[in-house]
Amino acid sequence: MSVETVDTAPRGFLGWLDKRFPVMAVWNDHMAQYYAPKNMGLWSIFGSLALVVLVIQIVSGLWLAMSYKPSAAEAFASVEYIMRDVNWGWLLRYIHSTGSSFFFILVYLHMFRGLMWGSYKNPRELLWIIGVIIYLAMMATAFFGYLLPWGQMSYWGAQVIVNLFAAVPEVGTELSTWVRGDYVISDVTLNRFFAFHFVIPFLLAALVFVHIVALHRVGSTNPDGIEIKKGPKGNKWDANQPADGIPFHPYYTVKDITGLVVFLAIFSLVVFYAPDLGGLFLEPPNFQPADPLKTPEHIAPVWYFTPYYAMLRAVPPIGGSQFPGVVVMFGAILILFLLPWLDRSPVRSMRYKGNLSRFFLGAFAVSFVVLAYLGLMPSTDLYTLLAQIFTVVYFAFFLLMPIYTKLEKTKPVPERVTS
Amino acid sequence: MRHLILALALLATPLAALAAGGHGPGLEDANINLKDKASLQRGAKYFVNYCMGCHSLKYMRYQRMAEDLGISEDELRENLLFGNAKPTDMMTNALRPKDGENWFGTEIPDLTLVTRWRSPDWVFSYLKAYYVDDSRPYGVNNLVFPDVGMPHPFTHLQGIQAPVYAGGAHGESEGGQAHVVDVKLVEPGQLTPSEYDSLVRDITNFLTYVGEPYKLERRQLGLYVLLFLGLMFIFAFYLKREFWKDVH
Repeated sequence: MSVETVDTAPRGFLGWLDKRFPVMAVWNDHMAQYYAPKNMGLWSIFGSLALVVLVIQIVSGLWLAMSYKPSAAEAFASVEYIMRDVNWGWLLRYIHSTGSSFFFILVYLHMFRGLMWGSYKNPRELLWIIGVIIYLAMMATAFFGYLLPWGQMSYWGAQVIVNLFAAVPEVGTELSTWVRGDYVISDVTLNRFFAFHFVIPFLLAALVFVHIVALHRVGSTNPDGIEIKKGPKGNKWDANQPADGIPFHPYYTVKDITGLVVFLAIFSLVVFYAPDLGGLFLEPPNFQPADPLKTPEHIAPVWYFTPYYAMLRAVPPIGGSQFPGVVVMFGAILILFLLPWLDRSPVRSMRYKGNLSRFFLGAFAVSFVVLAYLGLMPSTDLYTLLAQIFTVVYFAFFLLMPIYTKLEKTKPVPERVTS
Repeated sequence: MRHLILALALLATPLAALAAGGHGPGLEDANINLKDKASLQRGAKYFVNYCMGCHSLKYMRYQRMAEDLGISEDELRENLLFGNAKPTDMMTNALRPKDGENWFGTEIPDLTLVTRWRSPDWVFSYLKAYYVDDSRPYGVNNLVFPDVGMPHPFTHLQGIQAPVYAGGAHGESEGGQAHVVDVKLVEPGQLTPSEYDSLVRDITNFLTYVGEPYKLERRQLGLYVLLFLGLMFIFAFYLKREFWKDVH
């Protein structure tokens, strides 16, 4: 045993480095000797894909920032300059715009995976909460970034969202002016949004780091929701590690690389063949420069915000104030923080929960997609009614959770993971 | 899984977004071909001669256009550059925005990106949809763009079109353009309808090119990227399978 330890100690430059910085310890703790459940399957991939997209966004964004001009007079033209005169500028810009939508697709799938596996339950409450903070930081970044092309939808979308702050009783008007730095969205607003859009992703990267550290403390969960650390010990690689665990590297690294290649192919299909995806990823009105005097016929945020936008519009104003709608909209996001304590089920995974939980999760997923669709469309009486119904469904998933997870009969959870 | 399917279904619903945006009902398929350089060159010539007096292409450079369309510098200087414009200049004009507003009641839009915020089909249909309407300042109205400020640039080529009203009745007494459902040619111009169609198609083709000059390059590069990823996938897949033999 001791002979073996001497043999594996790094020599040469790595040895020199390892004496001064715990290279091997970090590598082993987080990759080569981090034991993940062997049955994680397809759904486990979205977290690592989202990490890759974050890097893609930061790198492509950095290069875009080298040619972009954050001024009301020049922003729109500078984007067209990037698209036409900067070498590979069109590619950078399409990667960045497509990346923002795919970032949200991946994170939504990642969160849905968390809901299915019960990944937010004890002892992973903090992990989930850090995740929700990441989601909030992403939304902030996307919101600030969407103003930068300075197109009609950028301008009016920002106008609508910032006006939400004006709905806050008493201080609303001052608050929205403070956010904009002006009475309308203007050059000042664009400058500060650019500053925020540039800096928040680094905060995001730090949060992702914390998220992974927290994950590796509690361990990855799996579709069975079984705690492999509590199961029997001893596997091929280590006698003291969980029997159902396998080293993250190389097993999950090669698996995630395979998934990454498939993802990059889908990503490339959009970047190279449909970068505006029929107006969903790049909206047609945004090819017109911002005009403070011309309101577009129909203002809608980008698709990843529309579920919340639909909720905002669904709530009727009370006493002429939009504030209740704003509360519902932000409440829909903030309620995610409470999830670990709303779930009273004795089991973790949807596999062993009862039919009520499955029904509510299904209804929740459907309501999210339907609300996203409704938020894209101009509101009609029918659509408003539908938005109201699905807003109720969305909140029912959370608010009734303590009841239905208690009521339903769960299935027995096996001792070991199933594969 | 259900969420995944629905998410994909959502992605496949850009039709809905389109219905809300650029495409209106009853637009004609422009049927353009960005690889048809002769059509693009004709489109460029028509645009520079007929349209550019008022409409600029201020994000497009002459030189880039000439290179992409296979126009030599001599041809460019001879046929497409006017005044003291240089090949490296943007395709702008000398019109002052204020004048445009005074003459037409509205700011004259730059058309570099018109096919992206409208659509190629819109531009094609719009240029074919002018009809006589004495209530308008220039005596014409447009079925695709009601109450447009711009006069018909090609009356002499297309001829004169009259409105067709819903139910076939004469709509003047009711006075609304909303009842116009179609247009019909009442006085032929210098071109036959099919010749006019191809003129409008060339202009639409050119404007579609101008809206995204790198479009063909993008598709070409995409092919190489996908081929590379396909090759990568084979290696990644077998590598994964080999490693996972230990696990199963």
